[in-house]
Amino acid sequence: MNLRVLVVDNDMERSDLLRTALQNAGYLVVAEVDSAVDIVAQVRAVKPDVIVIDRDSPDRDTLEHVCMITRDEPRPIVMFTQDHNQALMREALQAGVSAYVVDGLSAERVQGIVNVAVARFEQWQGLREELNQAQASLAERKVIDRAKGILMKQRRCSEDEAYRLLRKTAMDRNERLVQVAENIIAMASLLT
Amino acid sequence: MKKDDPKLQQSSTPELTRRGFLKAGMAGGLTAAGLLGLVPAGVRNAAWAADKTGPEKKDVTFGIIPLTDCAVIVVAHEKGHFKKYGLNSAVSKEASWANIRDKVSIGALDGAHMLAGMPIAATLGVGAVPKATVTAFSMDLNGNGITVSNDLYERMVKADPAAMKERPLTARALKKVIDADKKAGKPPMTFAMVFPVSTHNYEIRYWMASAGIDPDNDVRLIVIPPPQMVANLQSKNIDGYCVGEPWNERAVTAGIGHTLITNYEIWNNNPEKVFGVNKEWADKYPKTHQAAVMALIEAAQWMDKPENRAEVVKIIAQKSYVNAPEDVVKMSMTGTFRYSKGEAPRPLPDFNVFYRYAATFPWRSHAEWFITQMIRWGQIEKPLDIRKTAASVYRPDIYRDAAKSLGIAVPTVDHKTEGTHAGPWTLTQATKPIPMGPDKFFDGMVFDPAKPIDYLKGFKVKNMKVDMAALAKLNK
Repeated sequence: MNLRVLVVDNDMERSDLLRTALQNAGYLVVAEVDSAVDIVAQVRAVKPDVIVIDRDSPDRDTLEHVCMITRDEPRPIVMFTQDHNQALMREALQAGVSAYVVDGLSAERVQGIVNVAVARFEQWQGLREELNQAQASLAERKVIDRAKGILMKQRRCSEDEAYRLLRKTAMDRNERLVQVAENIIAMASLLT
Repeated sequence: MKKDDPKLQQSSTPELTRRGFLKAGMAGGLTAAGLLGLVPAGVRNAAWAADKTGPEKKDVTFGIIPLTDCAVIVVAHEKGHFKKYGLNSAVSKEASWANIRDKVSIGALDGAHMLAGMPIAATLGVGAVPKATVTAFSMDLNGNGITVSNDLYERMVKADPAAMKERPLTARALKKVIDADKKAGKPPMTFAMVFPVSTHNYEIRYWMASAGIDPDNDVRLIVIPPPQMVANLQSKNIDGYCVGEPWNERAVTAGIGHTLITNYEIWNNNPEKVFGVNKEWADKYPKTHQAAVMALIEAAQWMDKPENRAEVVKIIAQKSYVNAPEDVVKMSMTGTFRYSKGEAPRPLPDFNVFYRYAATFPWRSHAEWFITQMIRWGQIEKPLDIRKTAASVYRPDIYRDAAKSLGIAVPTVDHKTEGTHAGPWTLTQATKPIPMGPDKFFDGMVFDPAKPIDYLKGFKVKNMKVDMAALAKLNK
C-alpha cells in the first residue's frame, strides 16, 4: 500500500521537486499546501499517513495545532531543512521530536528518509502504546491478547505484526484497540 | 543539588543557598520569598560578593519571533545590556513558536522569547515531548486584540446594537449571530489565534465563553501565523482572530475589519511573553542566567520610559528584527488604539507595559492561571498539583537574585490575587512599595491562586478532560 503524503511548503518550486521525488520513490502525494488555512482543511479531508514540512515554515505552528486536535490519530511528520548542523539533527531526534530532519531533497534520499521517519514514529508510538497498554485494565489486555492470538493463527504472523495490524485497524477506523479486538473475537467465533 | 555547583563551594553557608531556600520553603509550606526575608542582608550580600566570577557561558544566542514584544531582548542586545553583564549575545529570528520551543529544548538556543504558557506546556509535555523549562523574567503585559471581519461586525451590530455599544465589549452579540447560524443549519464560523498554548488562545476562549459560546463546538478555532491573519480575514477564510500588534491595526487601517476588544480590557495587565530557558541549562549556567535576567530588567526599565520609545521603535523595526515600517510599529507602542476605521484612536496608555507594575516579575500566580486554562480546555489530561507545577516553572527566586544585585524594588510574595483592583494600587509586600496597575477581568471574576479548584468550578463553559474530584484531591 502506498503511503499517503501531505506536503507543506511555502515555496511552490521546491514543493514541485519534492512531489516528484516522493512520487518516484513510490509515495502517493495526496495534497500540496502552501498556506496555514489549507493545512487544517487538508489534514481533515485527505487524512495523510505522513506530513512533510519545511522546518523553517511559519506554518509549523498551525500543523502543531492540527496534531493536538487530532491526537487520537497521530501521524509522523517529516521536517526538512537546509541547515547543515548534523549535531542539531541528532539532538532533535534524541529529544523525541516526532520528525526526521532532512538535508536536501534528492530523489534517491527521499525514500530512505521517509521510511526511517515512519519506522521511528511507529517505534515511538509502539512505546507509548505499550505504556498505555500497561495502564489498561487486565480485562482489556486479555481481550487484545486473544485477538492477537487469533490473528497470529489466521494470518501466520508474528505477535508484533498482529499487534501492528490491530493498531492500524484501530487508527483507520478511529476505534479503540480493545473495540477492534472485540470485533475480531466476535468474527472469529462466527467463522469457526 | 550538584556537588560541583561553584556557587555552593563558594558560599560559606551552603544551607542558605538559593536552592536550599526553595527546598526548605516548599517542604515547610512557606514561599521562598518568605524565607529569603528572614536572612540578614549581610549574608545575602556576602553570597553575592563571592559570586562575582562572571557567567559560566559567555557566548549566548537568544531566539525571537518578529513581533513588537520581542523588544526587550533586542534592546538588551543592541543597547549593550547583555554585554554589560559579560554576555556576548546574538539574536536569532525564528519562524515559528514550535521552532523556538524545540530549539530551546535541545539547547540550540540558550533562551528565547516565549508565549507565557509555553514553559509550562513544554514542562508538562502539552503538545510536545516533555522538557523541563523555566522562566525567571516576564517580558511584557498586554498587547493583543480581537478583530472580526466587516461582515461579522455588521451582523453583530444588527443582532444586538445595545451590547455593541458597551465597553469593554462582550461576546453577547456574537452569541446571537452564532445561534442564528445554528438555527439556519450553517456551518460554524472560523476564528484564528497563533499557537495552541498561546495567551491569544486563552484570551479569545475566555472572552467567548463568558457569553456562553463554547469555543470547541460553537466555532472552529485554528492556528494561523500572525502575518497571514489579515489576508485570510480579507479572503473570508476566517471570520475573526486574536493576535498581537500590528495585525489588529493593519486590518482596521485597511478597512477589512473592526477590533472588538483588546486583551488589556479582557484582563487588565495580563502577562503576555516570558524569557524561557530549559531547566538543565538554567541549572548548569546559573550565573549566565542571572546575568541575562539582569540585562533584561535594565533594558525593560529603559524601554518603559516614554522618551525612549521612539528609539525602541527604530531598533525593532529593522529588517533583522520585526522588519516592518516604523510608523506601523509605532502605533502599538504609543498608548493609543483605533478599533474601527474612521474613528479617532482611543487612549490606551497601558497597551504595552514593559517594566512598570512589576511587569518583569515572574508571578507564580500567573503560571497557575495559565494552568487553570489548560485544564479548563482539556489541554492538560491528567490531574496535577497546580501550585507545585507553577513553582517548578516560574522562578521568582532567580529574578530576586538578579533584582537584588541591581538594587531595585522586588515583590516578597510569589502570588497575587487577580481581578480585585479596578484602578492603581500599591504592592506593599515588596522590598520597597511598588506602584501597580489595575488587574480586573472584564466579566468581574476573581482569581484567588489559593483556590484554583473553586475558580475552575466557577466557569460555566469548560471542556475538561481531568476529573474535577481527582484534581481537587491534589490541590487542597
